[in-house]
Amino acid sequence: MNDIAVHQFPVLIVTTGVFSALTILVVGLFNRKLCYYIVLFTTTFHFVLSILTLNHVLTKGRIQYWLGGWRPPWGIEYVVDELNAYVLVVILFLSFLGIVYSKRSVEKEIDERKHPTFYTLMQLLIAGCCGVVVTGDVFNLFVLAEVASLSTYALVAVAGGRALRASYNYLILGSLGICFYLLGIGFLYAVTGTLNMIDMKILLQNLYYNKMVQVAFVLVLVGLGIKAAVFPLHTWQPDAYTYAPSAVTLIMSTVVAKAFIYALIRLVFSVFTIDFLKIYVDAWSLIPVISAVAIVVASILAYRQNDIKRMLAYSSVVNIAYITLGISYFTSHWSLSGALVNILNHAIAKGCAFAAVGAIIYKTGIKDIRNYAGLAKKMPYTSAALLIAMLSLIGLPPSVGFVTKFYLAIGSLEVQNYLMLAIILLGTLLTLAYFLKVIEELYFKHSENNAEEAPLSMLAPTMFLAILCLAFGVYWLTGIPLDFVEKLVTVIR
Amino acid sequence: MIAFYAVLVPAIASLFILIFHRHPNIRESCTIIATFVTFILVFLIAQEFLDGKSIECTIFEILPGIEFAFKVDAFGLIFALTSSSLWILVSLYSIGYMRALKEHAQTRYYFCFAISIMSALGIAFSENLITLFIFYETLTIVTYPLVSHEESEEALVAGRKYLLYLMTSGSFLLAASLITYAITGTTDFKPGGILNPMDEVLLKILFFFYILGFMKAAYMPFHSWLPTAMIAPTPVSALLHAVAVVKAGVFGIIRVVCYIYGIDLIKYLNLDLILAVLASFTVIVANLLAIGEDNFKRRLAYSTINQLSFIILGASLLSPLALMGAMMHITFHGYMKITLFLCAGAIAVVTGKKLVSELSGVGKVMPITMIAFTIGAIGMAGLPPTAGFLGKLYICLGAVQSAETFAQPLLLSVILVVIIASILDIIYLLPIVISAFFEGSEGVKREEFRDVLCLFMVVSLSITAIFSILLFIYPSVLLLPELAEVAANEVFKK
Repeated sequence: MNDIAVHQFPVLIVTTGVFSALTILVVGLFNRKLCYYIVLFTTTFHFVLSILTLNHVLTKGRIQYWLGGWRPPWGIEYVVDELNAYVLVVILFLSFLGIVYSKRSVEKEIDERKHPTFYTLMQLLIAGCCGVVVTGDVFNLFVLAEVASLSTYALVAVAGGRALRASYNYLILGSLGICFYLLGIGFLYAVTGTLNMIDMKILLQNLYYNKMVQVAFVLVLVGLGIKAAVFPLHTWQPDAYTYAPSAVTLIMSTVVAKAFIYALIRLVFSVFTIDFLKIYVDAWSLIPVISAVAIVVASILAYRQNDIKRMLAYSSVVNIAYITLGISYFTSHWSLSGALVNILNHAIAKGCAFAAVGAIIYKTGIKDIRNYAGLAKKMPYTSAALLIAMLSLIGLPPSVGFVTKFYLAIGSLEVQNYLMLAIILLGTLLTLAYFLKVIEELYFKHSENNAEEAPLSMLAPTMFLAILCLAFGVYWLTGIPLDFVEKLVTVIR
Repeated sequence: MIAFYAVLVPAIASLFILIFHRHPNIRESCTIIATFVTFILVFLIAQEFLDGKSIECTIFEILPGIEFAFKVDAFGLIFALTSSSLWILVSLYSIGYMRALKEHAQTRYYFCFAISIMSALGIAFSENLITLFIFYETLTIVTYPLVSHEESEEALVAGRKYLLYLMTSGSFLLAASLITYAITGTTDFKPGGILNPMDEVLLKILFFFYILGFMKAAYMPFHSWLPTAMIAPTPVSALLHAVAVVKAGVFGIIRVVCYIYGIDLIKYLNLDLILAVLASFTVIVANLLAIGEDNFKRRLAYSTINQLSFIILGASLLSPLALMGAMMHITFHGYMKITLFLCAGAIAVVTGKKLVSELSGVGKVMPITMIAFTIGAIGMAGLPPTAGFLGKLYICLGAVQSAETFAQPLLLSVILVVIIASILDIIYLLPIVISAFFEGSEGVKREEFRDVLCLFMVVSLSITAIFSILLFIYPSVLLLPELAEVAANEVFKK
């Protein structure tokens, strides 16, 4: 592939994404059926582009693209290194599966007249998230984050009823978060006079003791923390996940959450850098404590839920806490590896779980796990996928969840923090406790119901993700991708 | 690679079991074929090993210093031979038992059973702690559906308890393994140990982590999951008690004592004493609890707890003969205990009796079963002509052998423990035999199972009973003394 061509891909993904969204809106006026296929085509196309981008980045080094040919720091720059290329592939891969999955679920859950707007918003959301990931400009990140967020607010509300309140909550908190972020980068702009990440990083080096920079750091951290549902800023998330349509929950939990946790990592490590964290220890040393509390508290909250989607939502809070716990020990190679690997691992496992749960809701309408009895007989493949996803989230070998746990545990020993090791292992047991409730109902209780297996367009992505839970687990364990993990860690160090 | 194939065979069989879930006969044939293939493979490996070939294979490297690898050694082979040979008999028995009772979810049952055997073989052939941990955790998870098989509320509670204990223990094992990795940069099993005397406190704490990690050995006070798990079908109890689960626990403890710490370091840290006290306590208390237990299978469960700690006691004496005795007793106990469980199951299927107090006169209705049971009971007490005698003999000789290092009074108390335990064994097992043979059989009604299914059960329990005696007369039939000697020699560096 021609190098010059590959350099256009990141920007192409974002622009064609937005363009495709508008096309859907117009086409929807004439033919509602076509909307879905446009999204599907666009996402597939983008997924292929993202893989080519990753390949290019891994073999030839990072991509820097100047929008409109304006040199940074005046113009907007898109920078793609190993880390964003990796996150971009994860996001687009899950989007692709999510879109394949969404067809039947959307047909059932959403009024046909709303389909064009639904898919427009979906496409905007994906494009926005991709933009957040590829951009190298803090203000551009804000704009694209708003594109993604606003579409998400609307998508959560599509279901109506209680979803409206969930969406409203999310809207208020999300806007608050993005305001904090904007304020933070405003401060940074005031002291450095630039919005370009690389430029800002260089200029900040002499300003680490500046109070304004330190305040900006906290604002950015809290702002993106709300967006990524980092405990204790997660309060919007369980409601939003629970009441959103299945397809939206799937995309939110895998794509949106991952894009914002990426943004958090990027801002903290590539703009403020580890040197800053070492100076401004006070704020950062809170993160492991908060993460540890999050793992325990969110697990207990998950245990108390009977709504499966809400339980999985709390499990997402736990997994985000694993990521923040990992990045909080930035001196440890394996701890960072665990955090970065979990971006993919959690996306696969949680995507699989939400897909399976969505399929069950599609066929039976059951959301309460106490009614799950007997489903394993009627929907064997969906149940098996859900089982594998849950075992993976618990962290049993050789699933992806085990790899995360394993890396984090080794990381904790690298920094000689036995408490962190204990928390990670306790997390396993707590996760087991709440998923055991589901497993018991699913497999060890019986009742008559006339459910049947989900349609192929839902089953195929679900099963595929379930297989990936194991396949990727084994793949990480084989040690072949260690070079790649090494590169990811080098990016943020 | 042959070791890897041996582990792979049950895994492949489990897939076939899933595929043929609609055809019970083909499904069970898959199991039976796999059992034989596995056993033959393991036996070939054992012969090759005794010919002096080193058999190891690395599948991949997880992290620098941690490989997913298999390595055959004498001690692992003892465990592998036990599991794979007993799997044949338990499978035959299962067919009779499960079909006679028309149990539900048989596919799940056979699937989990096959995976359990895979895990047991994986544990036996693991080259290092992390590989062992992966199989250990798998074993915990796949035996859970077997324990909860009955699907009643009680069974679910038992399953929860089972998972609570064993997953917690798994976490400790992972922590201990990783700490070992952090200290030494490797987790390979090496005769003589890999840890060096350094930070004493850390090493002692680490040892407690390992002991907690191998909670499958059901030592007290962490034993109560085992009697609770007796709610499971009888072949599952056999799997738990004889074939895989608890044996994986004692196997792990001996591995850690001899191959991670090493004899010298254990002595230096005085950990042998702690282990001996823990084991002796369990040996006596478990037997006392067994006397008061009326539920047949639970009484046998306490007997297992006793015997397992007896094996640990043997290992804690740190003398070559005692170690050989402990290793061989894994197999001996496997065969004898499985006989007892298979008999208990057969009695439950045929007469419906599940309590000890109801067993009077059963011997007249089911003579073969009760004779087999008698042999097993004699074995538990460690009397000739059963293999149990050999185990106790070796361990007592080992105790004498270690006289130079152990203080005399302690030594005497170990022998005393063994004798008291044997007497208690007789106290709670012999009355069952006596009442079964010599009391009236009015209450016992034979249900209609005079068909081929009964034959499956009777044949397999007779074979295990015969083996319990055969292993006494000629233990080399499973290459036991040879392997145990090789293992003891490499551990004690002779």
